[in-house]
Amino acid sequence: MSRAASLPVIYSAQSVIGMSDFSEELKGPVTDDEQVETSVLSGAGMHFPWLQTYIETVAIGGKRKKDFAQTTSACLSFIQEALLKHQWQQAAEYMHSYFQTLEDSDSYKRQAAPEIIWKLGSEILFYHPKSNVETFNTFADRMKNIGIMNYLKISLQHALYLLHHGMLEDAKRKLSEAETWRHGEKTSSREILINLIQAYKGLLQYYTWSKKKRELSKLDKDDYAYSAVAQDVFNHSWKTSVNISALIKIPGVWDPFVKSYVEMLEFYGDRDGAQEVLTNYAYDEKFPSNPNAHIYLYNFLKRQKAPRSKLISVLKILYQIVPSHKLMLEFHTLLRKSEKEEHHKLGLEVLFGVLDFAGCTKNITAWKYLAKYVKKTLMGNHLVWVQEEWKSRKNWWPSFHFSYFWAKSDWKEDTALACEKAFVAGLLLGKESSWRSKNRPQTIMADSFFLAWMAICMYSLGTGDRLEIPLACLEMLRTSKLDGGWAPVPLE
Amino acid sequence: MDLEEAEEFKERCTQCEAVSWGLTDEGKYYCTSCHNVTERSKEVINSDIIPNAQIKALNRGLKRKNNSEKGWDWYVCEGFQHILYQQAEALKNLGVGPELKNDVLHNFWKRYLQKSKQAYCKNPVYTTGRKPTVLEDNLSHSDWASEPELPSDVNSPFLESGMESQSDVHTRKSLRISKALQSETSVCSGSLDGVEYSQRKEKGLVKMTVPQTLAFCYLSLLWQREAITLSDLLRFVEEDHIPYINAFQHFPEQMKLYGRDRGIFGTESWPNYDDIYKKTIEVATFLDLPRFPDITEDCYLHPNILCMKYLMEVNLPDEMHSLTCHVVKMTGMGEADFLTFDPIAKVAKTVKYDVQAVAVIVVVLKLLFLLDDNLEWSLSNLAEKHNEKNKKDKPWFNFRKWYQIMKKAFDEKKQNWEEARAKYLWKSEKPLYYSYVDKPVAYKKREMVVNLQKQFSTLVDSTPTAGKKSPSSFQFNWTEEDTERTCFHGHSLQGVLKEKGQSLLTKNSLYWLSTQKFCRCYCTHVTTYEESNYSLSYQFILNLFSFLLRIKASLLHEEVSLVEKELFKKKYSVTKKKSKSKKRRR
Repeated sequence: MSRAASLPVIYSAQSVIGMSDFSEELKGPVTDDEQVETSVLSGAGMHFPWLQTYIETVAIGGKRKKDFAQTTSACLSFIQEALLKHQWQQAAEYMHSYFQTLEDSDSYKRQAAPEIIWKLGSEILFYHPKSNVETFNTFADRMKNIGIMNYLKISLQHALYLLHHGMLEDAKRKLSEAETWRHGEKTSSREILINLIQAYKGLLQYYTWSKKKRELSKLDKDDYAYSAVAQDVFNHSWKTSVNISALIKIPGVWDPFVKSYVEMLEFYGDRDGAQEVLTNYAYDEKFPSNPNAHIYLYNFLKRQKAPRSKLISVLKILYQIVPSHKLMLEFHTLLRKSEKEEHHKLGLEVLFGVLDFAGCTKNITAWKYLAKYVKKTLMGNHLVWVQEEWKSRKNWWPSFHFSYFWAKSDWKEDTALACEKAFVAGLLLGKESSWRSKNRPQTIMADSFFLAWMAICMYSLGTGDRLEIPLACLEMLRTSKLDGGWAPVPLE
Repeated sequence: MDLEEAEEFKERCTQCEAVSWGLTDEGKYYCTSCHNVTERSKEVINSDIIPNAQIKALNRGLKRKNNSEKGWDWYVCEGFQHILYQQAEALKNLGVGPELKNDVLHNFWKRYLQKSKQAYCKNPVYTTGRKPTVLEDNLSHSDWASEPELPSDVNSPFLESGMESQSDVHTRKSLRISKALQSETSVCSGSLDGVEYSQRKEKGLVKMTVPQTLAFCYLSLLWQREAITLSDLLRFVEEDHIPYINAFQHFPEQMKLYGRDRGIFGTESWPNYDDIYKKTIEVATFLDLPRFPDITEDCYLHPNILCMKYLMEVNLPDEMHSLTCHVVKMTGMGEADFLTFDPIAKVAKTVKYDVQAVAVIVVVLKLLFLLDDNLEWSLSNLAEKHNEKNKKDKPWFNFRKWYQIMKKAFDEKKQNWEEARAKYLWKSEKPLYYSYVDKPVAYKKREMVVNLQKQFSTLVDSTPTAGKKSPSSFQFNWTEEDTERTCFHGHSLQGVLKEKGQSLLTKNSLYWLSTQKFCRCYCTHVTTYEESNYSLSYQFILNLFSFLLRIKASLLHEEVSLVEKELFKKKYSVTKKKSKSKKRRR
């Protein structure tokens, strides 16, 4: 259930320019090789502080840690605690002492210090009430020059900070500075960083471009300014594509870059180019699995009016990664309209899949689709399909969807939803034997309603002490037409 | 330079007739009122023991600039001497009598130099195969004030040779050293003998280290029977009242430190009680010191007085003092023979006075309240009821109330202590570096850290931090006036004692031993302290006291067990019952 709640949120959030998003990205595949984490990371970013101390004592062979190391690590935890509690003042106080780790006699720790200090310090300066852009600039410039290892990363984050404060021009300048910075050997990790910096520069150019484009769309073609603006738009696009295209060839998650790049390609009519970029982004195995890549590709193909089978194949992959995505309902529609029987079966699976997730339990469209489709499947003599799906859900759906509590609250909040759910419950919870014995379509239909009513009784009564809801429902069933589905009738 | 050093020169100035002399860098006297410089230099005046000519040479040696960048030539032992000097000064400022610095510590140090063959002996370590130039063991005349000169004559033979003697051995040696100084890339040191010093390994030699300086300080305090315990000394170090961490940064500007000196003089840890305690014994044995002055009942280090002090410190009733005295008497821990440190005895051991006194208090608490997480609370209930009924009488001591107040005070103190430690700034203004190549890097780093600190200090609330605490042997302060924090000093123990005939008995007739069996194997510990095996009240009390003394709880536990061993000697030898009852007269 927790999976249901978190997955769609993570992936559907399409990055807006903002500090936190980018710093998250920076931690990703880009800098893995040179990041020196002080904490023990295991698996999916889990953190065990106790393990850390244990490992440390093993590493020093049981010798007493120097007090310097002890107090500075205590200082670090005080800073982290203060940050967690948003006590910027205290954090700054401890930070004042933590700077001495730059002079640590342990060379390993000394080398790791600038990055830790930068992360903590920039966080403090970002929120501290007494801090301002100037203080941040001074801090960033100082930190850039302590140990060249972090120059590019800090430059980039510095630029993002400026962006956050709406200082586009300054940010652009910082990025250009970083881009032209040459120092020491060129390593592969640094190259990626330079690509990233260039791509951000490209993103800024895209921003200007899209502003110009909006202006252009407001102008009349005959306007004397039109050609000048159009020329401008074209220039920008050329620069941007150079800046971005290098980055998105490297495996990674580059959603905002890909999106803007494709938008520009599309604008200039380079559909093949756009499709190539998107296909590569979605299907290249070297890239990490990324639902957004498939979403972009799907939306693009939809815009291009691509054949249904193509759309289906794209969404099939998305279905495997995020079965609860809102596009799944669209996927279901596509499958339903398809001629192939296996698609019909998949259509049922998809609907059940969507409703497995806690975030979708109140999605009335999904329930409506499911009610209709289960009915249709049963009428199409595909009882086995339903049974197959139901088998694995039999144990938990009744308490997950059809509990007394839900019946009551659904009825109160959304009567239509309650009715759809009741209908489905009737079909699914009714005796399986009744499906089998009476397999003439008409009967099933009639039976379904009967069962639905029964289901509502079962579903809402639970313990069988209250009758208002089932009675009201029965009333409603009586007044509704048999074949037209049933339009919800507000009762209260 | 120091006016103090020039005090013994009593002649009148030829120009202004004033008697107010200072010493110039060359060691000559100048008049502080008219700045007239005499021809007389300090060494001449003291020439009764030391050949004048040599000292002059030495003095020049010390001050001689090898090269303006590199500063003076100096020896490692001079560095330690400088630290000791600062520490002695600091102790003097804390109120310790001046004899400690001028007589005791100075003599110990000279003795050390002699024993470690660095000076005052026939074959100083730096002059291989050379005949002794100077100095029979004449330690009687102490002249601590002339301190900077002392180490120079220590190394005199060598220095002299480097400059004046043409003998082969010495020329070679001096060449080698000047070579070492010139090669800037190799790991070397700012001091002349840093490299040799760190390589010096001889059996039985106690090499000077920075923690060792505290052992010297403690030995002198002990010799003087001053009112500073080892834990106090270490706490003053931690609170920066006594120079220790980065003590080298107060060296004269021209004494440069780098390379090997970094390992010798750099410290990144506070002193540890057990460590310094062991070093103290080690040093005393090495120096072959005679029996120390007796610790008698009127000495601060006597358990009776220390117990009183710690009872006040932790807010326990004064009445407990007679019980602690009783335990001290029964265990024989108050005897001068037991208490006095005698390094030449068969097994040199000194008493951990502070830990022992605290252990006695813990034993008394156990006698009165058993501390089994049960009896102490039911006794508290009785006391509470009694106090409610008789509001005018002297209140009975209520263990629960005491616990609540102490727990709060202790937690606050500990929190502050931890925060202060986390904020401690370790690095000196003078960064230590490995070689001249590293020097600019080290200084640049330092500058950067200072700049960053400056920047962040503007973000910190402007309310000034309380500043340096003034040193005190008390960490808690309990007064009758403070209504929030009840002071228990005047509370009575009536609730836990009962009269029987003429004597008073503890109501509690049970006792449990902290350790049943003492470890006899070769491991260093006598007892083990597994926290979770003990009652919560016992844990609390151990934690409280061990925090006060800045020691590990296990160390205190060990001491408690040792006190119990003395107290229940008979029972230990006769039977080994799980818990023993103990009735005592008062």
